[in-house]
Amino acid sequence: MLKNFFRYFISSLFFLVAYSFSANAELKVGFVYVGPTGDHGWTYQHHLGRNAVEAAGIKTTYVESVPEGADAERVIRQLAQSGHGLIFTTSFGYMDPTNKVAKDFPNVKFEHATGYKREHSNVSTYGARFYQGRTLLGHIAGNMTKTNTIGYIASFPIPEVIRGINSMTLAAQKVNPNIKTKIVWVFTWYDPGKEAEAAQALIDQGADIIMQHTDSTAAVQVAEKAGVWSFGQASDMQKFAPKSVLTSIIDDWAPYYVERSKAVQNGTWKQQDTWHGLKEGMVAMGDYNPAMGADLVKEVEQLQKDLASGKVHSFTGPIYDQKDNVLVTVGNVADDGMLLGMGVYVKGVEGDIPQ
Amino acid sequence: MSLDINFIGVLIASIMASSVPLILAASGELITERSGVLNLGVEGMMIIGAISGFALMIVTDNLFIAIIGSMLAGIIISSIFGFLTQSLLTNHVATGLALTIFGIGMSAMLGKNFVGIPGKEFPVLFDDLSETIPFFGPILFGHSIVFYFAFILPFLTNYFLKRTKLGLMVRAVGDSPDSASNQGINVILVRYLCILYGGAMCGLAGAYLSLIYTPQWIENMTSGRGWIALALVVFSTWNPIKILIGAMIFGGITIIQLHMQALGLRIPVQFLSALPYIMTIIVLVVISRDSRKIKLSTPSSLGKTFYKEK
Repeated sequence: MLKNFFRYFISSLFFLVAYSFSANAELKVGFVYVGPTGDHGWTYQHHLGRNAVEAAGIKTTYVESVPEGADAERVIRQLAQSGHGLIFTTSFGYMDPTNKVAKDFPNVKFEHATGYKREHSNVSTYGARFYQGRTLLGHIAGNMTKTNTIGYIASFPIPEVIRGINSMTLAAQKVNPNIKTKIVWVFTWYDPGKEAEAAQALIDQGADIIMQHTDSTAAVQVAEKAGVWSFGQASDMQKFAPKSVLTSIIDDWAPYYVERSKAVQNGTWKQQDTWHGLKEGMVAMGDYNPAMGADLVKEVEQLQKDLASGKVHSFTGPIYDQKDNVLVTVGNVADDGMLLGMGVYVKGVEGDIPQ
Repeated sequence: MSLDINFIGVLIASIMASSVPLILAASGELITERSGVLNLGVEGMMIIGAISGFALMIVTDNLFIAIIGSMLAGIIISSIFGFLTQSLLTNHVATGLALTIFGIGMSAMLGKNFVGIPGKEFPVLFDDLSETIPFFGPILFGHSIVFYFAFILPFLTNYFLKRTKLGLMVRAVGDSPDSASNQGINVILVRYLCILYGGAMCGLAGAYLSLIYTPQWIENMTSGRGWIALALVVFSTWNPIKILIGAMIFGGITIIQLHMQALGLRIPVQFLSALPYIMTIIVLVVISRDSRKIKLSTPSSLGKTFYKEK
């Protein structure tokens, strides 16, 4: 009896070892998410990207709801140890853990989203130029508003969010100089109840366009009920508010993830810093609501093309801050360094940035 | 902001709407605590109610079934807590915390296939009246049935505890389970019923979020409201009517701070965000100045396991 058991045990051990060797031979890609895959926002879109990699015939693993900090390092290390050849860490706070683990696993490739540290040759960074999408929203908002008041639900005062507010406001001012941007900071990426309340407060104070830099679909639903316009964020939110949503800014990580996974497979992966936008399709727009009217849709589609081709830049001078200091001089455009570190509002935005 | 009377009416209405889940969950928990049981699993029961209600609404397309189902789901999950604490005599605090963690994880698993599906519009009552009557219109009319129920519930709870035999039994069990037991009251049974009732109300509170307030399912969508409801029970010194006041203060400050921001008032946003919590502390301090009164209104056996003497 016992002998039999040992026989099974030994043979299964062999099997396990053989299996793990065979698994090592083919590429496995690991993903680390900051939120649950069911947030229908940021993490959800990364998860769609993972699905695309899987659909391309490459094995993947993911770990969701990993807190930024010590836990993250443990999870990334675990993935690196268990035979993953490429690991995507999809939140800003994973920056240091990713670089730390990368040092110990020179044969594993690492891709860190929205960060700037590439301390080792096996670490790449990538991000998306969401602000280009905001320019389109601003153009639409400036045309569609009747009350000249745009309500903006903001999450945290970091350059990414401030850049979005500025980009939108500049574009809206261009078509409608009387525009006012009202901002409510909710200090969360994700609290449907609070986002709904913020949207309602903005509507009650006369905003007839609601825009958000938070992740849930609550705000567009409030807008639908109140009969004002809104825009989707991170994923296509049209089906949550079919009448109200004019379009959505969609993060599309899938092509990048597939391309980078294939590069590792082919041995052509190189360290790089990627900041893609409309041109490469990392930032995509949802369907335009026909309520905008055919002329405006055409105009926006043209602007989308021009932004993609580089003919138009979201931050073209002259740009002033709230105290009339010149940020960008006439005829020039803001460089990427300035965009990445943006910490002031442009003229026309109401209120102060919380410190 | 035009400070006209209609605007204030709309503002009050949105404050009331935001306080509904707090009132429901806190009223349920209040009954549970009055029977001497401390169930810290409010958040977990709410989130289970939220996903159950939403899932049933999508599957059956029947809002009535969804509402009843969410309460049943609350009852089922609270029965786990009841069995552990009352039959197996486990520690209330630890079991309640486990219930919250279990509920959040379980709801995420159950909800996998319901992410990204828009909810259905919940019918509201007297919608036309809400626009024709100034000020009182938006406050009194155009709300869902659950909204009206929530604002009647504290008064019903108060009546139940003060004027009915069963309510007296609940209070007796909470204040002195030994004497109640000697009087022939089945302490364990009463506590079971109170736990299940609390579960039903928390389930309903969750369903209000996923079916009415923000009609959709998202993981962890209760985002801490269960804990606020728990705090409200203490805040109210176990008095149902004060729950109503506490919930309105809490909801009111949250909403008003958003309005102040939209107005562009130059007050640090972080301070405004912290305001509801600061207010809670201030009110708690004011209430607890009279410590004798607090002691009198706290169920004396709260959180203590009852061993029936053989």
